[in-house]
This record gives sequence, structure tokens and C-alpha cells, in this order.
Amino acid sequence: MSTESLLTAPGSDVSWNIVRDIAQMFDYEFMRNAFIAGTIVAVVAGLVGYFVVLRALAFAGHALSHVGFAGASGAVAAGVSPIAGLLLFTMGGGAVMGALGARLRGRDVVIGIVLAFMLGLGVLFLSLYRGYATQAYAILFGDIVGISTIDVLVTLAAGVITLAALAAIYRPLLFASLDDEVAAARGVPVRALSVGFMLLLALAVSEAVQVVGVLLVFALLVTPAAIAERFTVRPPLVMACAAGLGVLFTWLGLTVAYYAPPPVSFFITTIAFTTYLAVRGVQALRTRGRRGGAADLEAA
Amino acid sequence: MLSAELRVPAGERGPTPVVALERVSVAMGGRTVWRDATFAVRPGSFTAIVGPNGAGKSTLLKVLLGIVRPSAGAVRILGQVPRRGLPQIGYVPQRRALDPDTPVRGCDLVALGIDGHRWGFRLPRGRHVHDRELARALDAVRATPFADRPIGRLSGGEQQRLLLAQALAGEPRVLLLDEPLASLDVRNQVAIAHLVASIVRERDVATLMVTHDVNPILGVVDQLVYIAQGSVVAGTPAEVVTTETLSAVYGAQVEVLRDRHGHVFVVGLEQEAAHAHEH
Repeated sequence: MSTESLLTAPGSDVSWNIVRDIAQMFDYEFMRNAFIAGTIVAVVAGLVGYFVVLRALAFAGHALSHVGFAGASGAVAAGVSPIAGLLLFTMGGGAVMGALGARLRGRDVVIGIVLAFMLGLGVLFLSLYRGYATQAYAILFGDIVGISTIDVLVTLAAGVITLAALAAIYRPLLFASLDDEVAAARGVPVRALSVGFMLLLALAVSEAVQVVGVLLVFALLVTPAAIAERFTVRPPLVMACAAGLGVLFTWLGLTVAYYAPPPVSFFITTIAFTTYLAVRGVQALRTRGRRGGAADLEAA
Repeated sequence: MLSAELRVPAGERGPTPVVALERVSVAMGGRTVWRDATFAVRPGSFTAIVGPNGAGKSTLLKVLLGIVRPSAGAVRILGQVPRRGLPQIGYVPQRRALDPDTPVRGCDLVALGIDGHRWGFRLPRGRHVHDRELARALDAVRATPFADRPIGRLSGGEQQRLLLAQALAGEPRVLLLDEPLASLDVRNQVAIAHLVASIVRERDVATLMVTHDVNPILGVVDQLVYIAQGSVVAGTPAEVVTTETLSAVYGAQVEVLRDRHGHVFVVGLEQEAAHAHEH
């Protein structure tokens, strides 16, 4: 738990000079790294998340992170870098899911069964490793403040690759996501795109695991996109909005966690959840207001 | 039984047909769906494909799209063997229920019909031409007023218009429509059928439309292809829309009625009979 205690480290008392407080926060290398990596991950997850929501792959994405858990813990047990195991397993799982394509839709039970097995496998691997608690904690709930400068560079490279690939397949992917039959008739390689997107999702999930962990990937992958699609329906704007919200949640979470004892992942997920609730609440009130207004008019 | 003289041999006369089938048979999973289909579609004509559910109407469209390979016979579409990705073919599959929260506008859907098959994203440079093509496609189906709204929140008729616009956006010479009238109310069925007919005439695009209900398309189609009990027969509406022929096609007691204005109604097909009396 070394990194968690570092968070309430010397000098992290709140003063009323915000500029000085923030400058002080960035004096620490681990905070600078956390902000850079967190920003990259939030942008990637937000943009990929739009297609996750559009293609109804939220549960598949969640399951993919659990496949990654088995990979990461297996790598730890084998004495290799957990990120290698994470990438290997999520990419493999993503390729299989992508090849199944449309047949995956509505197969929640099958996905759930595989997910449970992968978690069980992960527990076995972790039990084979001596440093059980810390490693398990980092993989399951993320360890953004424990991220090294090398990790930041790896995250940056993976992020750039993911975004470049997403930009390259953007139009046909949108076409195939909305109507695979018409897209296929127009010559769009629907099957290959399905596999390609799942590989991108695997990359995005692997990156997000570093920040919020296997269990909380949803908060960066799905929640921002789900909130964004309530604000606008223009595809590029929804994507930009989702990325922006993800970055905002991450920055707020990191800043609050710098001053308060609970871990970063708790704050990121809580801020995301609260925002989602607030947006839905405001919209529900507005619709009710409109309906109520209409009823009043009829009565009058 | 179905009479043989209704068959129209491929390319009998007039201009080169845009679609031609010569003794085509289709088998799926070892079972023959239908066999010996021989008919042709003239450029700029409107053909309806009718028949009971499960007769293989959609399969015929899939043969023309190159998705299903025939087990026998020769098929030509625009002079070529059917294959995926032929740019001059517009296709509208059976409409599925859309999530009301789908984060996409109607015009985004239509725009994909113009350039959705290209890699990358739309560059601002070609924006001008793109916007003009998009406006033209939306205008053709009179969808401009609701094109900026989320697709999931539009009515079935509005969604159908947008799908039609998407297919038209690729400037097709052949349009293949699969049950565009399904799950629409009678007024919208007639409106869409007439819209398609006007597109056929104005844009000179040959259209094949699958429909299980004959009434909305009577009076606007040039040719009827009907599929039943494994056989495919083509003819003009006058030849096909008779009590004897339709009863044989559907295997049910179907009656063709004519009122004093010359309007034709087909009675006895599911609940459509009730709708016909309302008008």
C-alpha cells in the first residue's frame, strides 16, 4: 500500500492558495506521471467508448478486462511484467470476440461464464505469487500513482497507435456499427472491422486497467460515452465530449485523492457515477416539466 | 396452379435488362428454396416481389447482392455476375428496431451512403460537394425536416425514408428494398410505395421491392414477381392480380375486388383485408 500512503504525503495540506497547491502537487514526479498517463488513457477510452456503446459491447468490454486480469496475474506469477500478460490475454480474447461478431450480441450468459472462469484463473495465479495483496490490489483497482516514467511512455505509444487505427477505420466502422448488412453490401469488410475494433478495445482496456483497474474499467470506457450521448447526437461531438469528460473525471479524481486518503479509483468512479446520475436526473426533471406544462395547458 | 404463360423470358425485347435471371435455382442447407426462376427487369422500372412469409423473397435479393450463390442458372445484374460492393446497387434491408438513445442523427446515417465505405474520416476539404449530395438525397425522400434528429427517436416511416435516402445517396442504377412497408401503418405504407414509385420515374433507377402485402403497391408497379411453393413467376399486375393466381400463390382463399373507380383491392391476406375496407 506504499503508493496509497504517499498520497497523503508531506505538504499535502489544503491551503487557500490554489495555484501554489497545484504547483506543489506537480512537484512530485509520481503525480506528473499519473496526470499524463491518466489523460492519455481517458482520451483513448472515451473515443473507443463511443463505439462500445454504439455496438452494444459494454459487457463484452467488461469481460475483456477480466480476461486481462487472468493474463496480468499469470504474468506476475511467471515473473514477467503484468502489462505483457494483460495485453496478450486481452488481445487474444478480443480477437475471438471479434471473430464471433454479431453472434456475440445477446450472449450475456456465455460472456459471464467465461468472465467468472477468468477471474478464478486470476485468483489461482495470484496465489502462486508471494506478494499477493499489493499486486492483486493494483491489477483489480488500478495503481495510477505507482506508474513509472517508462510506463508513461508505453502508455503514450499504445495510445497513439490506438487513436491512429481508430481514425483510419472511423467511417466504415461507424457504417458497420449502424447497419452491418448495408455496409457489407457496399463492400465494407464487416468481419475484419469487427476483429480490428475488438483489438483496439483490448488495447484501450489494457491501458485503462493501469488507471482504474480491471474491476472499474467501465468508469472510463462506458460512463463518459453514456453521458456524452445525452448531450449531443453528432458522432464526432459525442466522441470529443466523452474524451473530455473522461479527462475531467481523471483530473478531478487525482486532485482530490492527493489531499484525501481514499484511493484515486474510488474518486474517479464516484465522480463519473455522480455526473451520470445528475445528467439523467436533470433530463428527467426537464421532460416531466415539459409534460406537466402540456397538461396545465390542456387543463386551462 | 401457376400458369406458365405468365413467364417473361429474359431480355425478350426493348433495352438491355438491368437484372436478368435464367433458370436460377437456390438451395440452402440442402433444401431447395425455389427453382427455375427466369425473369428480367427493364431499366427504370418498378418490380414488386410478393409471396407468403418464408417463400424466399429476401433470398432473391441476397442472390442479386452476391451474398447467396445460386445452385443453378445464370444471374446478371448490370451485366455482371453479382458480387458484394458493386457501387451502382442500393440496398435497404429489413428495418430493425433501433435503440431510442442511438447517438447518431438521421443525416449521419444518410451520409454513410455517400462515403461510408471509404477509410479514414471525412476531410473538411470535400465538405462542399458532400453537403450538396447529402441535401439532394434527403430532399429526394422529403426527409430534410427531421434529418437532424436522433434516428432512434423517429417514427418507422421516417426511419424508412432515411434508409431509402442512404441507398439513393450512392447514386444507384438498381435499388433493392426488403420489406420497406413492414410494420408501418396503412397511410405510411401507401406514402412510401408512392415515394418509391416517384423515385423510380424521376431518377430512372430500376427498383425491386420485396413486400408480403400486395395492396399498397397495386397501381404503381410495372411488374410483379411472385414466389410460392418453390416456384418463381413474373408477370404484369393485370396478369398476376387475379383471384385464381393469388389464391394459388398464397395457398389461401384470396379475392381480388374492383370498385367502380377501377381501384383494385386484394382481400383475404392476414389483417390487410380490414385495412383495405377503411379506405
